[in-house]
Amino acid sequence: MGKTIAEKILSKHSNNDAHAGDLVVADLDFVMGQDGTSPLAIRAFEEMGATEVFNKEKVVMVIDHSAPSPLEGVSALHHLMREFAKDKGIKLYDIGCGVCHQLVPEQGHVAPGNLVVGADSHTCSYGAINVFSTGAGSTDIAAAMASGKLWFKVPETIKYILNNKLAKGVYSKDLILYLIGKITADGATYKAVEFTGETIGNLSIDARFTISNMAIEMGAKAGLMEADDKTIEWVKKRNKTAFEPVSPDSDANYLEVIECDCSKIEPQIAKPHTVDNVSPISELEGTPIHQAFIGTCTNGRLEDFKIASQILAGKKINSDVRFIIAPASKDILLEATNMGYMQKLIEAGAALVTAGCGPCVGTHNGVPSDGENVISTANRNFKGRMGNSNASIYLGSPATVAASALTGKITDPRNYL
Amino acid sequence: MKLKGSAHKFADNVNTDYIISGKYKFKTLDMKELAKHVMEDLDPDFYSKISPGDFIVAGSNFGCGSSREQAPLAIKNANISAVLAKSFARIFFRNAINTGLAVVECDTDKINPNDKLEVDLSKGLINNLTQGITIEAKPLPGVMLKILGDGGLAPHFKRYGSFGGK
Repeated sequence: MGKTIAEKILSKHSNNDAHAGDLVVADLDFVMGQDGTSPLAIRAFEEMGATEVFNKEKVVMVIDHSAPSPLEGVSALHHLMREFAKDKGIKLYDIGCGVCHQLVPEQGHVAPGNLVVGADSHTCSYGAINVFSTGAGSTDIAAAMASGKLWFKVPETIKYILNNKLAKGVYSKDLILYLIGKITADGATYKAVEFTGETIGNLSIDARFTISNMAIEMGAKAGLMEADDKTIEWVKKRNKTAFEPVSPDSDANYLEVIECDCSKIEPQIAKPHTVDNVSPISELEGTPIHQAFIGTCTNGRLEDFKIASQILAGKKINSDVRFIIAPASKDILLEATNMGYMQKLIEAGAALVTAGCGPCVGTHNGVPSDGENVISTANRNFKGRMGNSNASIYLGSPATVAASALTGKITDPRNYL
Repeated sequence: MKLKGSAHKFADNVNTDYIISGKYKFKTLDMKELAKHVMEDLDPDFYSKISPGDFIVAGSNFGCGSSREQAPLAIKNANISAVLAKSFARIFFRNAINTGLAVVECDTDKINPNDKLEVDLSKGLINNLTQGITIEAKPLPGVMLKILGDGGLAPHFKRYGSFGGK
């Protein structure tokens, strides 16, 4: 019987002929932790009696969630991470470097066919470049750092065949919100997802990351894409190892195959307080907003700032809106500055915060007030997510957020393109 | 091992931000402190309602969202003995086992708020003492039972140096 991408990668890394449902202990190519999860992982690592990481080149830590530290308690946890990284001889990306899920692929730590775990649920992002990557908790990460191994249940796979190009003004964020709205927040729990078809082929790598990043919002363990020429070129610029992309067999066994004509999708919005509470933008136009945010591991990339700057060039945002931008990495910030995108956005009224997770996870950098509405390019709109459970968060594409910042209400970006 | 306590009921899709908000989890590694805020955005007084040994009983997809291990740790440190749900989000399920919090997948429609329950983990049976019915649970995979039996993944690794057999 043929195999899916998940079955092939997990078979190879466990020296097994593994199929969906099998339990395997597999060798890992890379392990990552961030500042919300690494402190507990370090504690568990010590409790395990471990002294060294399995491979210094294959473990990194990133300080991105509360960076720079807004509180004494956080500073102590950051200090713990810095000391651990120094002591074990591993790389630590400190404040201002960027969001872990941008840095791991951008800095060349992973390549197609790899098996990766990270102590962050959006680790599934690297599926966009054909990496089986998945989120795990701190104790799993401690075991992974110590042994280079982790146990996995080989997942069943749901395959999406995404046909035709997206319409003008409709982006990969709209597509993934649309798909999550249909399948719901637990529609792919315990499963892997493969995203295939012409729609994916037409997207840039930046745009593909947005889709794989949000696979977890349908409950999925991994959001995988095949490596095409664009993928290989993108990875080769950053990663010098010899890698082997993995494609599914033509007779692979899928739990479900879902086809979609993506040319008919319009801009989408996830409404408070769940990511699968999705509507086309036409149903929400005119909803007042008080804060707009472009950034995060979902939509803080160069292409996202380019699109936003095109909408806002030479204009001023609505005077009742705070507009926060956080590039997903230092390299993106520098490139967006070189390209003039930052100038246009800041002149339009944007407040630039440190490259990193920004206000997405509610620790600093823009906590909304009671009763306020936020429109954001992030991946989660749970109650309290941005630090105030009496605020409401709407999720949309960078174009939708930019257009909405301009008018002070939820606005279809197609009016401004 | 038999656990005994009352049911505190919650709906579907209880996410990790509701279990322990991001605004607290970055502040400290003191789990007793975090435990005071458990489920705060769904029920501000929840912590004060818990008697040691009680159960959280929920619908489907419990623990969806982030990978924060503070979620099962905050529940465990709030003296909840187990979480019963129709289904669990994948990462939460692993984290619970890895930190020694019992998780039980079963038909929770048969449990009402404040029902007195007796849970037998090894047999996978829930006795609803209030209603006088028995509910069957989905058994845990062997690897998870072994880790849970050792008290979590850290003690398991300490004992075996790696994964102790499959």
